[in-house]
Amino acid sequence: MARFRVNGSAHELDIEADMPLLWALRDELGLVGTKFGCGIASCGACTVQINGNAVRSCVTPVSAVEGADITTIEGLAVNAAGGLTAVQQAWIEHQVPQCGYCQSGMIMAVSALLAANPAPTDAEIDGAITNVCRCGTYPRIRTAIRSLTSTTA
Amino acid sequence: MKMNRRRFLLGTTVVGGGLLLGYATTRPSKHQLANAALAGNEPPFLTTWLRIAPDNTVTVIVPHSEMGQGVLTALPMMAADELDADWDLVNVEQAPATDLFANGVLIKGFATSLGVSIPRFLDGMATSATMKVAEIMNMQITGGSSSVRFTGEQGMRVAGAAAREMLVKAAAARLGVPEAELTTRLSHVHHAATSRSLTYGELASDAALFEPAAYPVLKQPAQFTLMGKPIPRIDIPAKVDGTAAYGIDARLPGMLYAAVKTAPVFGSKLASVDSTAALQRRGVLRVVEMEDAVAVVADSYWRAKQALDAMPVSFASSANDAVSTQTIYAQYDQALQGELSEDVEAGDTAAAIVGAASVVEATYRVPFLAHAAMEPMNCTVHFHEGRCDVWTGTQDNLGIRGRVASIADMDENAVTVHAFYLGGGFGRRLPTSTNTIDQATRIAMLFDVPVKTVWSREDDMQQDYYRPAVTSRFRAAFDASGNVTAWENHYIGKNEPAEAAHTPYSIANQSIAYAESPTHVPFGAWRSVAHSQHTFFMESFVDELAHQAQQNPYQFRLNMLADKPRHAAVLRAAADRAGWERNLPAGHAQGIALQESFGSIVAQVAEVSITESGEVKVHRVTCAIDCGRAVNPDTVRSQAESGVIFGLTAALYGEITIDKGAVVQRNFNDYEMVRLQDSPEIDVVTIESGAALGGLGEPATPPIAAAVANAVYILTGQRVRELPMKNYRFTAVPTERV
Repeated sequence: MARFRVNGSAHELDIEADMPLLWALRDELGLVGTKFGCGIASCGACTVQINGNAVRSCVTPVSAVEGADITTIEGLAVNAAGGLTAVQQAWIEHQVPQCGYCQSGMIMAVSALLAANPAPTDAEIDGAITNVCRCGTYPRIRTAIRSLTSTTA
Repeated sequence: MKMNRRRFLLGTTVVGGGLLLGYATTRPSKHQLANAALAGNEPPFLTTWLRIAPDNTVTVIVPHSEMGQGVLTALPMMAADELDADWDLVNVEQAPATDLFANGVLIKGFATSLGVSIPRFLDGMATSATMKVAEIMNMQITGGSSSVRFTGEQGMRVAGAAAREMLVKAAAARLGVPEAELTTRLSHVHHAATSRSLTYGELASDAALFEPAAYPVLKQPAQFTLMGKPIPRIDIPAKVDGTAAYGIDARLPGMLYAAVKTAPVFGSKLASVDSTAALQRRGVLRVVEMEDAVAVVADSYWRAKQALDAMPVSFASSANDAVSTQTIYAQYDQALQGELSEDVEAGDTAAAIVGAASVVEATYRVPFLAHAAMEPMNCTVHFHEGRCDVWTGTQDNLGIRGRVASIADMDENAVTVHAFYLGGGFGRRLPTSTNTIDQATRIAMLFDVPVKTVWSREDDMQQDYYRPAVTSRFRAAFDASGNVTAWENHYIGKNEPAEAAHTPYSIANQSIAYAESPTHVPFGAWRSVAHSQHTFFMESFVDELAHQAQQNPYQFRLNMLADKPRHAAVLRAAADRAGWERNLPAGHAQGIALQESFGSIVAQVAEVSITESGEVKVHRVTCAIDCGRAVNPDTVRSQAESGVIFGLTAALYGEITIDKGAVVQRNFNDYEMVRLQDSPEIDVVTIESGAALGGLGEPATPPIAAAVANAVYILTGQRVRELPMKNYRFTAVPTERV
């Protein structure tokens, strides 16, 4: 039995201990905002936050998140005014997404970075945001992150 | 085929009031059927594109797929602008996959009436082995950078303008004033003299009684209220809160999941499967053997995939088991020694080479490339009560409907394709590339519940329809004054668009020819198609010629563009904006490249340095684009940025190699992508030449590889004649600047 909280709700699932969190979220809980991209923790499309840290859920077995607090894109803005976090608003302001498939993971990774480090250097941004965007929205991702750090730094 | 709009543009009223406007194609019976399915009691024969409701909302129905290129925003902008609609009152709907919204015929007609030929790779689908011509005419295609150019410019704008004229006529009648005294603005018709105004919604039912004009007066660019403005994309809010639905997100009651293993050597057959253990695993329901693949169907994707990976499977040996990248390249070299087919023949190249003061020769190669769209390939299919529903993201919903119907031997009208956002297309989700959908259909035919087939990243990497590897062999001749007198290019495999290997430069003697040298590696359209290879070849070789002539590569190009003022202007714009070779930091150099594709001309300047470990670092890319006119300038920018990074990934990292007949690369760890840390700053300059609208999705991809390679040459003295650049260890050496 796997037990963890997702977006504030407690779940108890009769699933294999080695099932990756990604598939527990998508196929068992129906939270499909978290995306499958590579299955080997390379692209980051599956990024969620576990106790506030950005984690690639495609290689994280549910046994490793026993009792943890998990936030997915669906739960990111629960406490945000206007229904969107500052990161999400910056993503709209700078018209970041194209196909959009990688953006849940991007937003989860960037949100975790800025929560831990509100004024990252470019090198820190490069080091933390290693997600793949095949549409190449990187210039706008950097601009959007910078728009947040210049107001909070 | 000249399109007569009068026959096609129709307007009518609807039950409950309002105005419907759209295009009819030539198949009334099918339209009636589709229309009935769509709206119950709406009138037949109509491809509805615009709907004005009594509550004054306007709905624009878009018959193309949104894959990040902004088509769900750009097309409605074009209709709403001509209509003088209030953008806040405009709703957008994705057209359902019925004949009603087939745009193949329309695109063709629009393109023909513009005097533009549509990219032949779209046309070519008609002859593809897997598709019947009849199915092709039902295209609902998104490709060839065609949506805004054809559907938008010739369809959306005309529909919007015709509806506006009908609303004005209705207002004139209602108010008892001449049409000339009426103006339209923000979904209202105004009569200034009497300070009266009516909403479009109030007028819509009356307006429907008028015949739409065959040739409504379109606005001049100065009159545009929406076109030319950076309108925020309507699909973006759902893409930041996780609610945007992609095909892979389809969830249905009782749904099962399939994981598939396909023969690694293309064309090989399934030999044996031992399903005993797999069938005893938790959640596994069935093992499905197909001709060249085997699937495990389970109650979750992960369980299906785990069982599949553990299952003993073998594939038959085939004639292609010994094929490798090396054997393919050797085959290419041999083909280029044989008989060639003519592409361009001008003047007397052989004589010019014989009589030349000097001759430069070089051979270029690029490897196969995968599309690697972020959303792994997937398709959910449900057969029930003689019908079939399909949930998937595709660049051609109608094509997929036809494909599924033909595999299942059903009437197309019994198949419903549910459209989704595409998690990347780039040509991978065109209807000539249906291997996933074919498997999903065959698997689901064995069940009466929905089955979602999901390919792993490895499946997609190893079973793609690849951008072909190409070899290109050049010779050029100089006269004693250093002018280029002859250009010879012998290359492998004529692909689309037909003009991809044609040089824009004014050279008197040209001999461009090709040899076909088919391989067993499946090939498909890859963002910008043949331009991606040939622009690298041609713009690198031209650069070699510039250095050989000891001329500045930018000036050298300009000098040969005297009869191509648009090209010259774009090249100049890129060089000016980039500050060509001025104030560069130590250790940095610039390279330049130019290409026209899909009706747009793009020049790029890349500013590059070599890292201590000998790798290429691209700092800044300046991209000048002449697409005629920018419908949504922010989308022009984002598509240019996207095209540059897509092309840069190919230039730096992209390489699919073949060994023992199969693809070697498996996932993003060995098929690396540009990521944030190596993403350059990109500066986009848009040139409003007023020429016919060019495409945007593809034209920024071709030039970047040569622009980077040309800068690398200046830094290292090493000419990159083979991609990707990750295979080199460069050493920066100071060189003389010319």
